[in-house]
Amino acid sequence: MADLSTNFLGIKSPNPFWLASAPPTDKEYNVRRAFEAGWGGVVWKTLGSEGPPVVNVNGPRYGAIWGADRRLLGLNNIELITDRPLEVNLEEMARVKADYPDRALIASIMVPCDEASWKAILPRVAETGCDGIELNFGCPHGMSERGMGAAVGQVPEYIEMVTRWCKKYYDKPVIVKLTPNITDVRYPARAAKNGGADAVSLINTISSITSVNLDTFSPEPSIDGKGSHGGYCGPAVKPIAMNMVAEIARDAQTRGLPISGIGGVTTWRDAAEFMALGCGNVQVCTAAMTYGFRIVQEMISGLSQWMDEKGYDRVEDFIGMAIPNVTDWQYLNLNYVAKAKIDQDACIKCGRCYAACEDTSHQAILMKEGRVFEVDDSECVACNLCVDVCPVEDCITMEQMAPGTTDPRTGRVVSGDYANWTTHPNNPMAKAAE
Amino acid sequence: MTSPTASGIVSNRLPADEVSRNFDDLHPPYDPHEAVVAADRCYFCHDAPCMTACPTSIDIPLFIRQIMTGTPEAAAKTILEQNILGGMCARVCPTETLCEEVCVRETAEGKPVEIGRLQRYATDTLMAKGVHPFTRAAATGKRIAVVGAGPAGLSCAHRLATKGHDVTLYDARAKAGGLNEFGIAAYKSTNNFAAREVDWLLSIGGITVETGKALGKDMTVDQLQVGYDAVFLAVGLGGVNALRADGEDKDGVGNAVDFISNLRQSGDLTSLPVGRNVVVIGGGMTAVDAAVQSKLLGAENVTIAYRRSREKMGASRFEQDLAASKGVRLMFNVQPKAVHGSGAAAEVELEYTEEKAGKLTGTGKTIRLPADQVFKAIGQTLTTDAGLKIEGGKIAVTPEGRTSRLGVWAGGDCASGGDDLTVTAVAEGRDAAEDIHATLMGKG
Ligand SMILES: Cc1cc2nc3c(=O)[nH]c(=O)nc-3n(C[C@H](O)[C@H](O)[C@H](O)COP(=O)(O)OP(=O)(O)OC[C@H]3O[C@@H](n4cnc5c(N)ncnc54)[C@H](O)[C@@H]3O)c2cc1C
Ligand SMILES: Cc1cc2nc3c(=O)[nH]c(=O)nc-3n(C[C@H](O)[C@H](O)[C@H](O)COP(=O)(O)O)c2cc1C
Ligand code: SF4
Repeated sequence: MADLSTNFLGIKSPNPFWLASAPPTDKEYNVRRAFEAGWGGVVWKTLGSEGPPVVNVNGPRYGAIWGADRRLLGLNNIELITDRPLEVNLEEMARVKADYPDRALIASIMVPCDEASWKAILPRVAETGCDGIELNFGCPHGMSERGMGAAVGQVPEYIEMVTRWCKKYYDKPVIVKLTPNITDVRYPARAAKNGGADAVSLINTISSITSVNLDTFSPEPSIDGKGSHGGYCGPAVKPIAMNMVAEIARDAQTRGLPISGIGGVTTWRDAAEFMALGCGNVQVCTAAMTYGFRIVQEMISGLSQWMDEKGYDRVEDFIGMAIPNVTDWQYLNLNYVAKAKIDQDACIKCGRCYAACEDTSHQAILMKEGRVFEVDDSECVACNLCVDVCPVEDCITMEQMAPGTTDPRTGRVVSGDYANWTTHPNNPMAKAAE
Repeated sequence: MTSPTASGIVSNRLPADEVSRNFDDLHPPYDPHEAVVAADRCYFCHDAPCMTACPTSIDIPLFIRQIMTGTPEAAAKTILEQNILGGMCARVCPTETLCEEVCVRETAEGKPVEIGRLQRYATDTLMAKGVHPFTRAAATGKRIAVVGAGPAGLSCAHRLATKGHDVTLYDARAKAGGLNEFGIAAYKSTNNFAAREVDWLLSIGGITVETGKALGKDMTVDQLQVGYDAVFLAVGLGGVNALRADGEDKDGVGNAVDFISNLRQSGDLTSLPVGRNVVVIGGGMTAVDAAVQSKLLGAENVTIAYRRSREKMGASRFEQDLAASKGVRLMFNVQPKAVHGSGAAAEVELEYTEEKAGKLTGTGKTIRLPADQVFKAIGQTLTTDAGLKIEGGKIAVTPEGRTSRLGVWAGGDCASGGDDLTVTAVAEGRDAAEDIHATLMGKG
């Protein structure tokens, strides 16, 4: 049996599945039940400064988009940080941590961008005995209007400054949670590292409007006829999050900086993918909000089975394994030639591949007598669109052409050598081969 | 070759390939694509109704999610932790009256998630890999006798073995499996599945099977209590109720369970003789199975004669429709009056009935059906009371399976409580094992 336990920044947890700072981790009641359900750790719902807590809207705070069969694919929210008093949260955190010493408990914090505010809250948080802190520089709505959250996360200099304060006044691990609402995530990540952060976590939610009511012309969720952009999360954001994780994992300046992966993690497979891209663990919010705490059981059993099958004894055995394979477009092998292939036994003859290729791609699928669909290798550019629109998994596959064979589309013999754009004759900037 | 219209009870009514097609899987296994599409329909309900409806409380939403995420082996483990005969139950459970009946998609669309077939997909995947996902705890030195190697006995024995106890599993028959092996319709358990599942279950270790040993003949409860720390009785219902109709002793009149048992053990179904005109008396699963399998062997006319109305019939609507779809005629509100014929049965005389204020009475009006073979399927009975307290014709037990005698537990069809179903027998065997364990280890 694979060992799923993780040691992230010296913080031990029985598995890499943490709940992200959000409603699932809003209070003692939730967190205890989450731990009972099997979650390895939690990042407590973001704490604000002492004094009257923030208030939330009293109408709907979520919007959503759905896939077929009303499967929730993306969730959008206009919730703020915790609306419960700081003292109450701190007391609860201390109690929970004392009762669950083997689970990770992280405090998420968002206070105004001045040294005094941070200096004031950090010792209070430390007293709870929690294992570390996460700086919420990500919330894209509401809090950012007040100069916090994403408003800080979008200015690398602020990130570095606040991180430095935290390292000064707090001696356990400091994780900086990044906002995706920025053009190049490497800048805030570098700033966090320069400020002394022990790790970054990403992503927080993406600014979004999920839908517009066509009767009232109000964006949803609608509060008395008006809507405000919210933060987008759930399965739909996973590709965006993974790209940002990969950018940081392979950036020369941040390489090796521990990462906690967040964004759309719903199954064991999502978690394994984030971890393969270098994340030491993952955090989950929307999946728990959609299905309840119990889904962690599938994540645990699935990851464990996959590791057993692959022969990985510990998570460290596969963390980061995908990083060397993330590269720039210019380094992709242009001598790699593939063709789509349709498995006639698996084909259910829906014709979606035909419509996609004929109307929007390269007219490389032939529709023959009796709704038989076949790929015309002399036209197929191996774009993968047919594979992606086919409703049957593995019915259409991409088959690599063996070196030495002739590509009927180009008439050229497939070379077994690696050659990329940097040396391609069509590239005006190409370096002459030496 | 004879033919469906040949008179008398004869073999070879249909060509071999047709018979083998007829006895193919009732619900064919899913291929991986079908399984994922079917699994995708599950909503992962909270406190799921399906899970409550399952007598073994399998975590159905979890196992379906595990199939959905490409780990059917993990799904199988989720199933087998609760129900070690999850493979057989996937095939034989009347899911239409259990988990699938209460599926929220049954409510929403009239089409439940196909839980039974998904369960089969998961368990078949694991078993095909030859994996037994459980191991035994450290040996306790305790010895337990389990009498009856049907689903209740097997389930109890397995759970006890995992706890580190040593089990001797006795059965009167020459083969373990109980009605899984001798009773369940052949098209529900194809390719010798019952026996394969028993072998797989026994691979846990710690269970010694002693076949050909009958309680009451080769041993008594007293003797077992001397040699063992605890006794679990799971002898099922071996007896058959009598018809109490004139001519019951004529040739051609037999027990449905014997016919089915012969069928299940037959190496060559075409060699099995069956009547041209078959009449099955009864209204439960056994009646349906005997009727359908007679038809599949090539009987020309098969009728189920049930004494009450359709609504009262023990067999579910799905089973009734299955019978009808195979060409079986269902007659309601008729009871057997006599079997006519010189020496061998030739006709059955049925009397119409009516129910007045809950009481069934004959109307005096009768009908005769041609019948060269008549099967009795009007209920099974307990054959050994083993000196224990009896309640409603069964061994009286507490919810934990304790009988009136200290140190003796019972479960499955032979014990009171629960429906006579494979899955219920498995649940009772498992729960009794837990109670035996707790009692022997001083936690009870
Ligand atoms: C024809 C038929 C079809 C059925 N179809 C279905 C179905 O589709 N789905 C479903 O859920 N249920 C079905 N059932 C019911 C199901 O088979 C039973 O509920 C289940 O097998 C009960 O399990 P058990 O372990 O209690 O008893 P059994 O399976 O009857 O096993 C009892 C065992 O004890 C042994 N035994 C008996 N007496 C003694 C003795 N004195 N000493 C030693 N051993 C003894 C027997 O040889 C047998 O192996 C069907 C039943 C019948 C008869
Ligand atoms: C309703 C809601 C409230 C959230 N509140 C916080 C918060 O207080 N602090 C924070 O750091 N992130 C917050 N998040 C962001 C999540 O922690 C997480 O980064 C994001 O939802 C992406 O993960 P997911 O796709 O698994 O949901 C919130 C998300 C949601 C849906
Ligand atoms: S989930 Fe529904 S019931 Fe619960 S607080 Fe939100 S709106 Fe109210």
